[in-house]
Amino acid sequence: MYYSFTPEQTQFRDVIRRFLAAQSPTVTVRQTMASSRGWEPALWQRLNDDLGLAGIHVPEALGGGGFGDQELGIACEELGRALTCAPYLSSAVLATQALRNGATPAEQESLLPRIVTGATTATLAWMEGPHWSGCEDIALCARSDGDAWRLEGRKSYVLDGVTAERVVVAAREAGRDDDAGIGLYLVDGEASGLHRRALASIDETRRLAELDFDGVTAQRLGHPGSGAAALARTLDDAAVALAHELVGAAQALLEASVEYARLRMQFGRPIGSFQAIKHQCANLLLELELAKAAVYYAAAARETGDADSAALASQAKVQASEAALASAREAIQIHGGIGFTWDQDTHLWFKRVSCAAVLLGDAAWHRERFLALTEVAA
Amino acid sequence: MSDIDERAVRAEVRAWLEQHWDPQRDLVSWRELLADSGWGVPHWPRAWFGRDLPVALCGAIEAEFEAVGAVGVARIGIRMLAAATLLEHGTEQHKSRFLRRILTGEDTWCQLFSEPGSGSDLAGATTRADFDGTQWTVNGQKLWTTSAHHAEWGLLLARTDWDAPKHQGLSYFVIDMTQPGVTVQPVKQMNGYASFNQVFLTDAHVPPENLVGAVGEGWQVAMTTLAHERRNADALRRWGEASTRAGRIYDEERAEIANVMAPYTWYPQRTGRVDLALARAHDTGRLADPALRQELARLLMLSRSSEWLAQRARTAREAGRPEGPEGSLGKLAASHVARQAAAVHTAISGADAMLAGADGPLDGLIAEILLSVPATSIAGGTDEIQLNIIAERVLGLPREPRLDGGPFRDVPRNPER
Ligand SMILES: Cc1cc2nc3c(=O)[nH]c(=O)nc-3n(C[C@H](O)[C@H](O)[C@H](O)COP(=O)(O)OP(=O)(O)OC[C@H]3O[C@@H](n4cnc5c(N)ncnc54)[C@H](O)[C@@H]3O)c2cc1C
Repeated sequence: MYYSFTPEQTQFRDVIRRFLAAQSPTVTVRQTMASSRGWEPALWQRLNDDLGLAGIHVPEALGGGGFGDQELGIACEELGRALTCAPYLSSAVLATQALRNGATPAEQESLLPRIVTGATTATLAWMEGPHWSGCEDIALCARSDGDAWRLEGRKSYVLDGVTAERVVVAAREAGRDDDAGIGLYLVDGEASGLHRRALASIDETRRLAELDFDGVTAQRLGHPGSGAAALARTLDDAAVALAHELVGAAQALLEASVEYARLRMQFGRPIGSFQAIKHQCANLLLELELAKAAVYYAAAARETGDADSAALASQAKVQASEAALASAREAIQIHGGIGFTWDQDTHLWFKRVSCAAVLLGDAAWHRERFLALTEVAA
Repeated sequence: MSDIDERAVRAEVRAWLEQHWDPQRDLVSWRELLADSGWGVPHWPRAWFGRDLPVALCGAIEAEFEAVGAVGVARIGIRMLAAATLLEHGTEQHKSRFLRRILTGEDTWCQLFSEPGSGSDLAGATTRADFDGTQWTVNGQKLWTTSAHHAEWGLLLARTDWDAPKHQGLSYFVIDMTQPGVTVQPVKQMNGYASFNQVFLTDAHVPPENLVGAVGEGWQVAMTTLAHERRNADALRRWGEASTRAGRIYDEERAEIANVMAPYTWYPQRTGRVDLALARAHDTGRLADPALRQELARLLMLSRSSEWLAQRARTAREAGRPEGPEGSLGKLAASHVARQAAAVHTAISGADAMLAGADGPLDGLIAEILLSVPATSIAGGTDEIQLNIIAERVLGLPREPRLDGGPFRDVPRNPER
């Protein structure tokens, strides 16, 4: 499983790929990204009714497909390849994994089934400032108020934060400055005191929001003291999922570049016969294949509970980001002046990739984390 | 391949080793036993010293050998490329005559492909072989021939038709390196060693039965050798590593390595020695430097992912996908790993990176890494050639316009030396 996919997994990939080619071509992506909510409920429902994507990795007892991290990865890779606008990373990955990693079994039973079917969308709010070094960055304050809790503070870069019907919030219990004071809290998207503002993102295919919490009523999830570990695990789950999305994007970009290089004629020959172009494409393929090896390995490691899985998540994120950034940069270069136009699709992936590369930690941050974890293991 | 298969095979090889492995045996007789049992090269055909097992199981079998310290068949050098080529294109007579002594280590082979005028462009070879009705006579010069100085046999690519187009006028031979018409001179390398040679062929002889494949089809046969060479690029690490265990067979193996391997002791260094990097950074106190940490992380990630990429390719091959040019990806990755490793070792060493021999870090080993890594992106086909192969055969980009069509006689080429 570390080095190959089963025939069933390959078939699953083919089904998604065909579905998205038909239902989410770039004309649709362009229309959707210009809409106010940024994703189409009808397509979202079909992704879930027809393909069961939002819950593919969730146990059947909770309404999911009962598959694992590899199938989740395949879904993310295909969505990244097609650049589909959908609250997948926010709801199916970040919020779903936060609940699975951090909520009690009873809370999961009451919350997950609706998220898994796509009937409800959710998201996770953890970042406050532009750099993330860990739970110590969390200042948003949770105060106990009878049976409930009240949240005070601000979260930013919240994926699909304006449309999400539920928000899982990483907050700090008042008066606690250690990691044990970090908890996951659930709030309603329409709760009073919650002010949501859409942020202008360079990637219009995925929405970001800033959320102000002004005494918002919240439910605390999971057992006290378990929030920090659950959050860390969730961010690693999401890093691996996002890495899959990035290799899907890189693949689409490379294919488009090669296709163009075969057709575009200059100096009486296809530009793809010039070594400067040829070698660039071959280098991109090498980088992509190395990234895939790392990303697929990381997914398999999460599934088997490999002790190394946190370092592997960082490695996957680094290599996928770097491969996708290189593909995006060179795809525009290989397309020449056309590549810089709005009508050519390349910039759509360029923008997605540019954002995904910094989301959940940039390459330098993950390299440092990888080395710190590797050092300890050595 | 299921886990059950692997367990059964492991049990079988363990039982076999328990019964037969004896460190007090002599090396050749042990390797003959390995050849006869099929456990030495389990992925080879049953008819020829193998067991027809999937390549994917070889790792498990090797692990059982390692567990008891059992010595394997001879592997170093290009013997395995020779064997793979003969298994695919050789006659029954070639196989029965050569394969066994390849495995026992009694014969050493070399690859007479590159010439002063044609390295990347191997098909431009101008060494000629002429047939007089009873035997072939060979004249010309080969260059960079690794192991020629102690080889019994050479894989020779020579031109047999000057009027045919370049790739159709070549033939492939097995040549006896010990005959008077073959003169071998070592060539000193930038790192001070001399593992390759120049080989002068002056009226050297090859009997007709030593032709491999048909006359004029030498290029296709050579492609098999090259494909195996690229794929095995990562196996270079093993050259010159001897066991430290006690026992007659280990003594013989150590003697074999000491005698023959002296010019190759730098081989592990050409991979960049990633294995030393983290520990050295730690021991020298340089691990705290954030810039170095970034480069070290880059190196470890690159090295791990290229191992996984190779493993993916092996697994895919096993699942029945045809041998493809994906070996070029692995070879290219190995160059990147080696270069990055050299850069990291330099950064760890600081000004000590200038020093060699006993004055240099790790008794000169680091200097040897820095001076050996450049071979990785040249030997076995340069990085640029691998990029061409990937672009054209994997990505399907158009070939470049060529100026070497028509009868080879008329193709522009380097002046004779
Ligand atoms: C350590 C070592 C061991 C070796 N062992 C053997 C051996 O055992 N047997 C054997 O036969 N050979 C051996 N070689 C030779 C090796 O295969 C050749 O050196 C290599 O293929 C390059 O050929 P060349 O040296 O003629 O360089 P050239 O082909 O002249 O290349 C010079 C430069 O031009 C570039 N170039 C050439 N053609 C192209 C092209 N089409 N597109 C883009 N760039 C191009 C090359 O990449 C290189 O950068 C060995 C070499 C080394 C370094």
